[in-house]
Amino acid sequence: MEATSLQRTPLFARHVAAGARMVPFAGWEMPVQYQGVIPEHRAVRADCGVFDVSHMGELHVDGPTAEAFLQEVLSNDLGKVGDGGAQYTLLTNERGGIVDDLIVYRFAHGQFMVVVNASNREAAYAWLKEREPRGSEVRDASDEYGLLAVQGPRSLERLGLDEQPAFTHAMGELDGIEVMVARTGYTGEKGVELCCAEDAVAALWDAVVARGAVPCGLGARDTLRLEVCYPLHGNDITPETDAVSAGLGWACALDKEFTGVEALRRMKEEGPARRLVAFVMDEKAVPRQGMPIEGGGEVTSGSHSPMLDQGIGMGYVPTASATPDTELVVDVRGKPKRAHVVKKPIYRKGES
Amino acid sequence: MPATESYPDDLRYHAEHDWARIEGDEATLGITWFAQDALGELVHFEPPEIGSAVEQGAPCGEVESVKAVSDVVAPLSGEVLEVNQKAVDEPETVNEDPYGEGWLIRIRLSDPAQADALMDVAAYKAHVAEQ
Repeated sequence: MEATSLQRTPLFARHVAAGARMVPFAGWEMPVQYQGVIPEHRAVRADCGVFDVSHMGELHVDGPTAEAFLQEVLSNDLGKVGDGGAQYTLLTNERGGIVDDLIVYRFAHGQFMVVVNASNREAAYAWLKEREPRGSEVRDASDEYGLLAVQGPRSLERLGLDEQPAFTHAMGELDGIEVMVARTGYTGEKGVELCCAEDAVAALWDAVVARGAVPCGLGARDTLRLEVCYPLHGNDITPETDAVSAGLGWACALDKEFTGVEALRRMKEEGPARRLVAFVMDEKAVPRQGMPIEGGGEVTSGSHSPMLDQGIGMGYVPTASATPDTELVVDVRGKPKRAHVVKKPIYRKGES
Repeated sequence: MPATESYPDDLRYHAEHDWARIEGDEATLGITWFAQDALGELVHFEPPEIGSAVEQGAPCGEVESVKAVSDVVAPLSGEVLEVNQKAVDEPETVNEDPYGEGWLIRIRLSDPAQADALMDVAAYKAHVAEQ
């Protein structure tokens, strides 16, 4: 990534004014924290936080053949999603590897939007565009939208929004700003993602902050998602790792045809050689991505859990070591540190 | 609560943002306000072993925040006499009071003349201003 060509969201000046520490992330200059990762993390678990996720990619997939096309390239069964629905799904390659994980939103017959990781915006767009059939059009609309994630148990109340089921969306208005309100997120808490016109996102941010949402950076976003074991593409899942080993079989409809389904069916039948597990450190230490796990494993995500006040992580280990309570030894810069496998998620509401 | 920026004038400073409070042939060591602020809330201090030798300019432990890990660089050479257990048990103490309760280790100096190579507070403040 060239440091000289970092992109900025329309909220850059607001982040800096709020005291954010800005860091390069996926080609963007983004806030990693404002007041601190731990207080921001706790604000989301206890009340309400807001994240600028305008760097994420929004791709429209429209046309009479759009649904059939998406069914062929995405792992989950899009047939289960009605108008106003949303679904977590994977863009898979022929080997069953994960090109990206994303949420697909259905507006109407033949009208879909997929929200992809910032780091995979080009790859996901290119993947879809190359396979686009007659009667479907894939369009990268990322530059047209701003996106905020408002997350936490009090987020709907603070925004004055009615309760809606998770994985639904609707057009609405927030303090006079037209927004798409989606009941989705990446923190394990109740919350919404608000998508609006790019030139309205600054006013939307101001409105959300005025309603009491605490500005939160990428640091808290990472610790929040890790506590609830949501995978991060590029760390825990990649084009080289498959959904079955990653424990994402639930997002793969193996009874339909899609790219890589044969490989995934075979993997499921034979059982994967290794699995992505969650673990908690039993000694004082913070596991980090890339650290070896004794016996042929590797940490793919690791951090300090603000809720448990312990080192936590996820990593691939041989299947024989993947059952909960199995003892692991993580090589923390040359020092062996004890950990044990836990059932996902690592953190559950009311358990700390 | 994190401390506000300060650099006491009775300390000697190393360019890697570590401080030493020299008392006779012993010294107490820690990281500066600048260092803890750059790291953010500390969640782990991995101390050296008591009795081990530390060398001026070489790592003598690690401090770790949610996002990053950093070596603690020894401003002076010596033998580790004591480790601050409070910094091990409650690493946030280092953020709250980097020059007091949040000290890291105490050493017996093997070469007290090394102190001449450290910065005084004016030089260190100038160094911080350049960061």
